[in-house]
Amino acid sequence: MRSRGDMITGYLFVMPVVVSLAVFLIGPIFYAFYISFHEFSFLAPDQAKWIGLDNYVKLFQDPRFLKALKNTSFYSLGVVPVQICIALMLALIVDSKIKGKTFFRVVYFLPTVTSTVAVSVMFMYLFKSDGIVNLFLSHLGLPTHDWFGSIKFALPATMMMAIWTTVGQFMVIYLAGLQDIPTDLYEAAEVDGASPWQKFRFVTWPMLRPTTFFVLIMSIIGTFQVFDQVYVISKGEGGPQDATLTVVFYLYRTAFKDFDMGYASAMAFVLFLIILVLTFIQKKFFKEETA
Amino acid sequence: MWRRWIKILYYTVVIGYAVLTLIPFLWSLYTSLKTTPDLDKMWVPVSHLTFENYQYIVTKFPFFTWFLNSVFIAVAVTLGNLLFNTLCGYALARIQFPGRKLLFYVVLGVMMVPGQVVMIPVYIMLAEWGWINTYWGFTIPFLTQSFGIFLMRQFFLSLPKELEEAATIDGLSRWGIFWRVALPLAKPALAAQTIFMFLGNWNSFMWPSLLASSEDMYTLPVGLNSFHWQYVAYWNVDLAGTMFMTIPMLIVFLIFQKWFIKGIATTGLK
Repeated sequence: MRSRGDMITGYLFVMPVVVSLAVFLIGPIFYAFYISFHEFSFLAPDQAKWIGLDNYVKLFQDPRFLKALKNTSFYSLGVVPVQICIALMLALIVDSKIKGKTFFRVVYFLPTVTSTVAVSVMFMYLFKSDGIVNLFLSHLGLPTHDWFGSIKFALPATMMMAIWTTVGQFMVIYLAGLQDIPTDLYEAAEVDGASPWQKFRFVTWPMLRPTTFFVLIMSIIGTFQVFDQVYVISKGEGGPQDATLTVVFYLYRTAFKDFDMGYASAMAFVLFLIILVLTFIQKKFFKEETA
Repeated sequence: MWRRWIKILYYTVVIGYAVLTLIPFLWSLYTSLKTTPDLDKMWVPVSHLTFENYQYIVTKFPFFTWFLNSVFIAVAVTLGNLLFNTLCGYALARIQFPGRKLLFYVVLGVMMVPGQVVMIPVYIMLAEWGWINTYWGFTIPFLTQSFGIFLMRQFFLSLPKELEEAATIDGLSRWGIFWRVALPLAKPALAAQTIFMFLGNWNSFMWPSLLASSEDMYTLPVGLNSFHWQYVAYWNVDLAGTMFMTIPMLIVFLIFQKWFIKGIATTGLK
């Protein structure tokens, strides 16, 4: 092709992206890395002081950061498997011969298009001490709680909210994965006399492997970055008594309330590293099983 | 016989979960229509329900301004992404130029970096430029996105090359090929991108809450959060605000639901 003119067109096409990436992503990544080795305050940027690895060392001695890390891990560990199991189960049923497929798909997807702030307000209403969740529980003779106000239950309630919000999205992705499985595989399994469970175990589940991998990664990354819900339900405090303090939330507060931006940047890189390692482990795990 | 039981079990599960999904919306909507004296009653006759909470929030609070801010920002950012990501994705898929591979790897690489890493430097930079609390700050930094670029590149790669080659023989310029041949074929990918960008921006909370420092610059999520903590005892008013922000998006979703579901289902899996 008219290569020289084409080359220029090519550069023109990518120009906006290159500028935007350089200014708002690549540059800032290096700058963040740079200030993570400094004592850097937003209020006095010219007094930044090189302190080497001190921010990183301090992180692992900071009880609040460790608490945030613990809360985030607990949150992720609770949300990810439950979310994926419910999504897969619903997708399998909706994919089988039932009526009203479209209806279920649309209904399950509603929470995904709703803002997390709106969902949080709705859940705070449902889970308040004299709300309908407690009313329902007391009818069943079960103990009631001041969910979002209690040290013990604020985080689990937030987790339930997260599951409720994202199940529909993952279910739709699973559904697409299920529809990509060629029907002759099932037919062949039937000829071999496979039971429904065997069909799931030896056809559906292995064929869904790439979907599961994708959903798992999305779910882990999403849960490790949880912020909005926690900010809304705790009035921007992470309470009660740090019960809902998460890594991103603590980072946000450190950077924009305490203005300790060097320390907060170190936190961001630790989070990046955690996500990277988790993704890498997943990848390895999934590769090995297919080989 | 047990086939029937399985069927009953299936329906119980899917209907049960549908009820679980709908209750928070319906109960919130119902409460938002109650008057304050009726608030503590569980059931209120339909004739007692009113829209006065909605009238109250729109007239006494800048909910309408927040709505317009949200619409403006989401539309501007979505358009920017559609244009720039698509151009870049096309060039990465089809045009030969030195540095193409490098750019592609950079795009892939930055997808791994969580947004919180760049949040602080970008904030410092925007503060220096005086862009905090301005529409510039809300839109310009967000006009391109690596995931969107990747999506478009993959899509253009999946199109057959022959059509474009035929167009070249017919004497169309590169721009003409992009505009008249490739773009019309890319409608499904463009629809998916529109939905992601719009939804993501409409619901985005962390950045707008950082960037908006005065009430008139709030977007709906930021406004609702601040409103909630002022009105925490008046759940009917509070939930009217919640519904005010939720219902428009639900309507958009119901109209375009096929596209939404297709968009979510097809992306990221290639």
